[in-house]
Amino acid sequence: MRNMNIKSIQQWFSRAGELVNEFYNAPYRSAIARAKRDEDDLFMMLVFSEMMGVPNPASYYTLELQPLMLERFHDWHQRMGMEHSPLDHFRCC
Amino acid sequence: MNAIFVMLLGLAAMFLGYVFYSKFIAEKIYKLDPNFKTPAHEFEDGVDFVPTNKYVLWGHHFTSVAGAAPIIGPAIAVIWGWVPAFLWVIFGTIFFAGVHDAGAIWASNRNKAKSMGNLTGDVVSKRAQTLFMIVIFLVLLMVNAVFATAISGLLVKFPSSVIPVWGAIFVALIIGQIIFRKWMGLGAISVLGVVALYLLIWAGPSAPLALPETIGGLTDNATWVLILFGYAAIASLLPVWMLLQPRDYINGLQLFIGLILLYAAVLLLGPDMTAPAFNTNLPEDTPSMLPLLFVTIACGAISGFHGLVASGTTSKQLDKETDLRFVGYFGAIGEGSLSLATIIAACAGFATLADWEAVYSSFGQGGVAAFVEGGANIISQGVGLDNEIAETLLTVMAVLFAGTTMDTGLRLQRYIFQEWGNIYNISWMQKALPATLLAVISCVALAFGAGSDGSGGLAIWPLFGTTNQLLAGLTLMVITVMLVRLGRPMYVTLLPLIFLLIMTVFALFIQLKGFYMQENWFLFGLDIVVLVAAVWIALEATSALSNLKKEQKS
Repeated sequence: MRNMNIKSIQQWFSRAGELVNEFYNAPYRSAIARAKRDEDDLFMMLVFSEMMGVPNPASYYTLELQPLMLERFHDWHQRMGMEHSPLDHFRCC
Repeated sequence: MNAIFVMLLGLAAMFLGYVFYSKFIAEKIYKLDPNFKTPAHEFEDGVDFVPTNKYVLWGHHFTSVAGAAPIIGPAIAVIWGWVPAFLWVIFGTIFFAGVHDAGAIWASNRNKAKSMGNLTGDVVSKRAQTLFMIVIFLVLLMVNAVFATAISGLLVKFPSSVIPVWGAIFVALIIGQIIFRKWMGLGAISVLGVVALYLLIWAGPSAPLALPETIGGLTDNATWVLILFGYAAIASLLPVWMLLQPRDYINGLQLFIGLILLYAAVLLLGPDMTAPAFNTNLPEDTPSMLPLLFVTIACGAISGFHGLVASGTTSKQLDKETDLRFVGYFGAIGEGSLSLATIIAACAGFATLADWEAVYSSFGQGGVAAFVEGGANIISQGVGLDNEIAETLLTVMAVLFAGTTMDTGLRLQRYIFQEWGNIYNISWMQKALPATLLAVISCVALAFGAGSDGSGGLAIWPLFGTTNQLLAGLTLMVITVMLVRLGRPMYVTLLPLIFLLIMTVFALFIQLKGFYMQENWFLFGLDIVVLVAAVWIALEATSALSNLKKEQKS
């Protein structure tokens, strides 16, 4: 019986914790996600800068990152208002 | 009359309004459908569109709409006696605000969670949308000037609150860092944050801080206004997680604690309403109650600002359509109960009628300060808290609310300037810093333009209320047009709309005369702008409805 009680209290606490977390995060979720997306977009630009004719001293390293960015690439060029990949040597869709 | 009776009567009436009237609205007028796929599900993206638990959604809808305005308005309006203010808050909440707030969520929910501005363009006309944007800009402009003035007044009158008010900002900054870096769970940090805030409040009275009466020719009030705008400009440029988010959170907790404390103290003490039910001994400069009462109390009875929150963020997070009855209508009731608490504090918190009349010696006097003094008297006698600490507590509560609204308001205004920069291709205006400076300059100009010592803010309070009501009128117009298109009864929104328009236009004319007599040409001009907007809204509404009638006949 006592075990049951402790368990239910624990459950109640974790539920309350979830709600408090929601209450803290819900109003600002979109603002923060948008700020994060803006930073990611900037990073995307840096990684592909050499291909766009902007010299990048770190291009040796950023080249390695390109495959990792592939998944987000499609979203990125669409968000930037370009229907297809803007890069000649980097096709997307 | 005993304040307990007033409190129970008000709360019971609003509760009955929720149980019966909102049920009628939800089932017969808006015809809420639990199976309707809400935008939160249809466009779920984890960013803007997130289905949210209805109690959580209510919590943040309520805390975003409840600010300093439902305190300032009623605290000024009780000058006509407590009965008119009480009746307008209760009936306004039941028949105006609840219908309006829930309706705004409903309208947005049924239109892909579009914001009220865009909806106006789609549902009514492009012209009406332009008008909507103008009214929003005016509301934001005035809200910052008004709140800066209200805060500076409080800081001057209650120097014990200066350290807790500014200390609270540091508490929020620290909390923001701790949460952002995940050093501690939110539960523990909430407790610590509230304890830190209350320690500051407790320490405040032993270290009061007052500015010298004049600094370089500026009064202490004016200096505070400038400091506040400097602060708000910086705060609005910081990332939201750093200051705004933790401060909002602490304010939310503080709001619930403050409300409970105030109501509990009234119950324990049972003070008498010392203020007159109808004030027959009005100070000379008091304008006529009809129509000014209906614009002095905007938030707390009906406020257009709620429509912006309802359609901007709340509608994107609605899990089930039926939830909006609780979120929207009960959110309005939460706000009404805050105004009710204000009325009781400002009317029952003074020992004798003479004391009360001394505070309300002229129109615009009293105000928040009366809420703080009266509320502190009730709390100190009811719960046994030291009077000065209670005063500091309520001041901090009001100031933090107003401060958060200023921060948000300035941020929104900056976005508007940046958008204008975009539209008209002015590159420097698209940057955050110059756009913020423009926003600050226009607000400071308003705060000082209306009164040379920076006291202009409160002179424009009724004008701010009027503009806010116009915004509500626009939202009601959108809902009414939607209802007519669906072939449902329109009187539940049309009657409030007509009432609001008549009262606001009437109030604008009376204020126009007042500004003319005072030769305050700045406010005179502003009044005319708002008046044009009001008449325009009335014309838009008439033409939209008569067009619909013609369409339906043919």
